Amino acid sequence: MASVTIEPTAARDLAAKGGKPQRLAPNYWPFVMPALVVIGAVIVFPWVFTLWMSVNSWTLGQEQTFTGLDNYIRLAGDMRFWESMWHTLVYTALSVIAPLILGTLAALIFDGEFPLRGFLRGVFVMPMMATPVAIALVWTMMFHPQLGVLNYLLSLIGIGAQEWIYNQSTVIPALVLVETWQWTPLIMLIVLGGLAAVPREPYESAEIDGANAWQKFRYLTLPMIAPFLMIGVIIRSIDAVKSFDIIYAMTQGGPGTASETINIYLYNTAFSYYDIGYGSAMAVVFFFVIIALSFVLMMVRARTNWSDMEER
Amino acid sequence: MTSSIWSPTRRSFLAGSAALGAAGLIGTRPASAAVDWKRFAGTTLEVNLVKSPRGETILKYISEFEALTGIKVNAEATPEQQQRQKTTIELSSGRPSFDVVHLSYHVQKRQFEKGGWLADLSGYFKDPSLTDPSLTEGDFAEAGLAFAKDADGRLRTLPFSVDYWIVYWNKELFEKKGLKYPTTFEEMVTAAEALTDKAEGTYGFVARGLKNANTPVWTSFMLGYGATPLDASGKLATTSEGAVEAAKLYQRLMSKSAPVGVSGFNWAESQSAFLQGKIGMWFDGVGFAPPIEDPQKSRVVGKVGYGVMPAGPKAQAAATTGDGIGVTEASKNKEAAYLFCQWAISHEMGARLLQAGAGVPFRQSILEDAKVREGVKMPSAWVDAVVASGKISQLALPVIIPVTEFRDIYGVGLTNMIGGADPAKELESATAQFEPVLARSEG
Repeated sequence: MASVTIEPTAARDLAAKGGKPQRLAPNYWPFVMPALVVIGAVIVFPWVFTLWMSVNSWTLGQEQTFTGLDNYIRLAGDMRFWESMWHTLVYTALSVIAPLILGTLAALIFDGEFPLRGFLRGVFVMPMMATPVAIALVWTMMFHPQLGVLNYLLSLIGIGAQEWIYNQSTVIPALVLVETWQWTPLIMLIVLGGLAAVPREPYESAEIDGANAWQKFRYLTLPMIAPFLMIGVIIRSIDAVKSFDIIYAMTQGGPGTASETINIYLYNTAFSYYDIGYGSAMAVVFFFVIIALSFVLMMVRARTNWSDMEER
Repeated sequence: MTSSIWSPTRRSFLAGSAALGAAGLIGTRPASAAVDWKRFAGTTLEVNLVKSPRGETILKYISEFEALTGIKVNAEATPEQQQRQKTTIELSSGRPSFDVVHLSYHVQKRQFEKGGWLADLSGYFKDPSLTDPSLTEGDFAEAGLAFAKDADGRLRTLPFSVDYWIVYWNKELFEKKGLKYPTTFEEMVTAAEALTDKAEGTYGFVARGLKNANTPVWTSFMLGYGATPLDASGKLATTSEGAVEAAKLYQRLMSKSAPVGVSGFNWAESQSAFLQGKIGMWFDGVGFAPPIEDPQKSRVVGKVGYGVMPAGPKAQAAATTGDGIGVTEASKNKEAAYLFCQWAISHEMGARLLQAGAGVPFRQSILEDAKVREGVKMPSAWVDAVVASGKISQLALPVIIPVTEFRDIYGVGLTNMIGGADPAKELESATAQFEPVLARSEG
């Protein structure tokens, strides 16, 4: 076998100096090709095909015609699209913030010493392991206005029947409740990891200075676990923005279109209305929204790194 | 009366039963003298079914078809929504993986016809070597034949199972209030409001409130006002006086007499509410009846009446949807596939469908067969409602390609009406949204 013709670090040095990196030896291509083929087939081709479809009018069973930017123009005037975009943002924001607060609180509690801590922590993380559609079915039954256990429990403390996912104004908070129930444990585990890495000395100094519990949390714990919280925010944001299964299984975007996120609308357009061209345009726009969101998150994350904080 | 495997006389039924019993012992089954069922022995058929009580009835007895014909059947049944997506995507590709397809007429008929995806069965239907003489066009309910034929009168599918919209009513609750089953829309509203006692948790009426699922409720009411979503020239008539009146009726029933949260109810939630015994009337398809008489699932066993849709100011009509079964244009085994379709809608299979409460066959000879009716597990009132509905049957939904969009767009308006929105304005807004969709689909 031929020897490696290029050292990666050497190649970077060359590139940095403006020189041309050496080409990969021909007998190495067979090793690279499988990965290239897979990436081409599952990432590049679908992406290029989606772009192409987005500039065509194509409904399954009918002629496909090139329409240029018509689908994008139609999208700009489609109120249902903008509403679904708004629902996605609200749903994502709430599904990130609520587990973040509750997960941090849970982590602070489970960081302390108390009897049965390990067992209770195990119980607490169980929702995370359940299948989303199974969760959706169970919660749908619990939310039922007449037969559901939640309204029964509320009635015991004198609160009247709520409509939960069966009302346009309460459906998104009710869905977020399910997301929060499932994903709070994830944030808790991440923050617990952060708390374990926190040094004890600053707390001793703070105690000597007379800091109270809130001040210790606000000025010591929070800044020190901020990078971990940021990881939680990134993971939750990615997950919430692409959330489909729980919403679809519980409300299918209803009542009306009150819980229709961009994913649900996109899915309906492409696979219920078979309007592939328009659905593709929606997918392209949504892709750029996600890219923008990723940039924002990356910028915020860079600001929360420990090394940066030290520099400040 | 002629006797055949599809419509036996009492004598031939008994003789046939005995022969079947005997044949069962030796693993064979008699076939009609005219149709050569073994003609395509050795062929393999791919069958795509909807996972529903109807599709499952076919699946259960497929081995009988294989024994009868020597044809090997690979059948696949997927839930309704996924099956619709799968069949549309495969058929539009021009190379479907199946020869036989089970379709919902009220959603897929126009789409399948425009796509040219279904084989013309007219020739096979007239061919005595392929079709049993008892299978005639006259035996199908009118709506079934309308569903099965395309605009040029060619038979594209065989009508399999029909679903009429009826009113399930709780006789006990009606008796308590001294009420009788309503015969008109007005009486229905009066009864629904009289039965409603929110403090007691009792409600007079329930039907689908969830977007998309709720649209057939409104279009069913429209029929009573002498209106349909499309006029005779095929133009949208969804802001007509009848359409608005039907929407007002929907709003009144669903906001004054229906349980809390009804705007999120599909048929399943409506059914479970009715099964608890706290709902006076439930309006939905006749095919959802079996759990009502199942003591494991229902608190209203033996207390339910099955009523034909009350009359509207201009007409009495039972909204109708249905399933068909057809052969794909791309199939290389069209004749064998046609035999399968014919077997699926046979007298024997239709009787099984009806007796199990899994569906109602489109073939009148099955419904009228006293022997078949004897074996029906549901109460006789259910069968009576089915037969009476058949006489006033009208299509529940317009025969257009974008049925799902139609149901979604108007469904959102109907859900808003439950929340108090003005029916006329909602219909105007929905019509403005749907008009370009319809124009694009037929363009």
